Amino acid sequence: MNSIDDVDIEAELTSQIISVAATGGEIEIIGGGSKRFYGESLEALPVDVSGHSGIIDYDPAELVITLRAGCKLSEVEALLAEHRQMFGFEPPCYGRDATIGGMVAGGLAGPRRAFAGGIRDFVLGVKILDGHGEVNQFGGRVIKNVAGFDVSRLMVGSLGTLGVILEVSIRVIPSYETELTLAFEHDSADKHIRWINELGSEPWPISASSWIAGRSLLRLSGSAQGVQYAAQQLGGETADSCWDELKEQALDFFDDAQPLTRISLPPATTDQLGDIPQLIEWGGAQRWICGEVNIPALRSMAEGVGGSVYAFRRHAADVAVFHPLPPAMLKLQRSIKSSFDPAGIFNPGRIYPGL
Amino acid sequence: MSQTRREQLAAKFREFLAPENVVDQPTSLNAYESDGLSAYRQQPLLVLLPEDIEQVQQVMRVCHEQRLPVVSRGAGTSLSGGALPHAEGVVLSLAKMNRILKVDHLSRLAVVEAGVRNLAISEAVQSLGLYYAPDPSSQIACSIGGNVAENAGGVHCLKYGLTLHNILALKLVSSEGEIFEIDQRSLQADGYDLLPLLVGSEGMLGIVVEVTVKLLPIPRCARVVMGVFDSVEKAGDSVASIIAEGIIPAGIEMMDNPAIRAAEDFVHADYPVEAEAILICELDGTEEEVSSQIELVEKVLKKGGATETRLARDEAERLLFWSGRKAAFPAVGRISPDYYCIDGTIPRKALSAVLTGVRELSEEYGLRVANVFHAGDGNLHPLILYDANNEGELEKTEELGSKILQLCIHHGGTITGEHGVGVEKLGEMCVQFSETEREQFHAIRECFDPLKLLNPGKAIPTLARCAEFNAMHVHDGKLQFPELDRF
Repeated sequence: MNSIDDVDIEAELTSQIISVAATGGEIEIIGGGSKRFYGESLEALPVDVSGHSGIIDYDPAELVITLRAGCKLSEVEALLAEHRQMFGFEPPCYGRDATIGGMVAGGLAGPRRAFAGGIRDFVLGVKILDGHGEVNQFGGRVIKNVAGFDVSRLMVGSLGTLGVILEVSIRVIPSYETELTLAFEHDSADKHIRWINELGSEPWPISASSWIAGRSLLRLSGSAQGVQYAAQQLGGETADSCWDELKEQALDFFDDAQPLTRISLPPATTDQLGDIPQLIEWGGAQRWICGEVNIPALRSMAEGVGGSVYAFRRHAADVAVFHPLPPAMLKLQRSIKSSFDPAGIFNPGRIYPGL
Repeated sequence: MSQTRREQLAAKFREFLAPENVVDQPTSLNAYESDGLSAYRQQPLLVLLPEDIEQVQQVMRVCHEQRLPVVSRGAGTSLSGGALPHAEGVVLSLAKMNRILKVDHLSRLAVVEAGVRNLAISEAVQSLGLYYAPDPSSQIACSIGGNVAENAGGVHCLKYGLTLHNILALKLVSSEGEIFEIDQRSLQADGYDLLPLLVGSEGMLGIVVEVTVKLLPIPRCARVVMGVFDSVEKAGDSVASIIAEGIIPAGIEMMDNPAIRAAEDFVHADYPVEAEAILICELDGTEEEVSSQIELVEKVLKKGGATETRLARDEAERLLFWSGRKAAFPAVGRISPDYYCIDGTIPRKALSAVLTGVRELSEEYGLRVANVFHAGDGNLHPLILYDANNEGELEKTEELGSKILQLCIHHGGTITGEHGVGVEKLGEMCVQFSETEREQFHAIRECFDPLKLLNPGKAIPTLARCAEFNAMHVHDGKLQFPELDRF
């Protein structure tokens, strides 16, 4: 059925965690290492979980795939493509070795996020190894399930701080029959933001948007007739697809020598950056800056409008990567962390101190 | 609980709530004794109806100080007893907090108080060409706060998602009376993503007071096709074939013969009463998309063995096709003194096996069962027909319901797709989750509500409760379905 290795190392991982827990140690959970840059750096015993691989269940007609977390993302996407299916959240790989576990733990989604949903919206169930060395399962393999608190979706973006993700069930979607990219001119960020949000009030088959330096791109996805009709109505010029390059941060905009900052804002928020070069995507909800910035100033701007700022990549070590939480929320989140991992053995401090 | 205690507390709450917003007379309290699951009844100590967030906070501070259990309640339409009162606690009704605070057309969102009715949101934004997608069958009455607490679904979930997928921000009051907010309008969660924990938490983690919902553009076109089948298996396989074509229907519903007959008797929608199953499949989108896909669906249905397909010619006929399905519950209510609605979810491929199992159980218990099925997402609603006036029949019905849910787990499914655990499915939670998994749920609850005042006794069973349930359900020293794969 597929070439994905079928190797179950749950027992080894469990005994490893139990022994670390017994000796008061700390571990860093490593999958493919492609997103290891993401989050605060930490020094702990690396535990490689990428060997825990294999498809547990995939029946395309059920629209659900269940797999071990060490599966390579690229191989899983290839398998889905064979069945004309895909992940709706268009996950970035950031490297050949990216794993499913890292994808879920990182919680990062691509250009389709604003239009199809994030990873959290598609995760249906998980099997995890917690800080007691217990293997627990939450959620399930069905699309509709409200039994118990939704712990499986809590894992998305938790960066390995709540436990080792062993298996995950994810809802998949059919691939689109047709995709088409259109280009439009908007000489200011505000014009783009207004335009893309106004388009959202109409049922167009939009699946991605971006704006850099006066040029807006729009991707349409759907049936051939639906896409064709929308393209006629919307105007613009046909353009080359660059969404993979955007997703993988391989566009010229992303200068590997510069710090990269991610700004999340309610999508219709007017431009807050003025002359600073920026890339706007997700209908306005995600805005990137590549270059030196004043993080505290950006953070106070973002807080004023209900957003947040991440020092995503290549920032100075003393800059907090994630947007700081209000004290009461940090306290609550620390208590949640402790409920899974009382001794704090998993990825200590990856997100915030104590988290 | 003594009458004096009730009077003392009522006086305390009247210090900041209008006198009529503190319900303490037994005759008035009766109205709150149960929710949509009327088999369970309990009179609360008091019912409180705060009118704003500040009053909710004051209520919670008093309850916290007095260690009073708090059951929050929206419209009281829960089908699992989620809003069943606590004998020694208060019911906190959000019914008076029913204002739509803001509609932002450009951002396609609405900020509403928890007591706003689900349908009222769509009605308020209809003139903008927008709507709120989740449509539980009680949408005319149920409140958005209750929808959040239960992660309510509806017939359009497969395409448009559950409540969780249509919420952008929540404002809650904690068990200590503090406000806490989850704001994901920016499509980002800082730190842990608590929204999925809170949505569907059945009022146990906080009191939802304000909800920011996502609004979607109303589809330009919706069309319906009905497929008639001589076996449920063929109907089920046809659903898989439609999905295999890459089509995600806006809604796809199945009814079995008893459900078809009951509905037809009631609404006269010209349903084929001899059929073993019908599928009602709705597609929506632009004119162009829908017309190309509806033809394909019709072909797939025929190829899948439909003895007949019917394409609704106009809007009136589309609504007629739906009328029978939408009236399925009351229709069953007409042919039986009482009915009990079950809410399991199964992988679709297990449909035939599960329905066979349900039929066998139905015969074993001597109780009729009609099945309606949200076929796209695997959510099965067997309706057990019974008569509560017959001694012991309710108990028998509950036992049959429990067996059906365990059958769903056995086939890789879950005990509740959209109605919640409430008080109703506590026993089955012991089957679906292991002891350490249930402990994790309790631990999460204590992070939010250390004193366990919010909706105590619901959703997550205690160890003792599970010990009791398992003792009752071990036969001949064996658990039912010992080979159970719980995932």
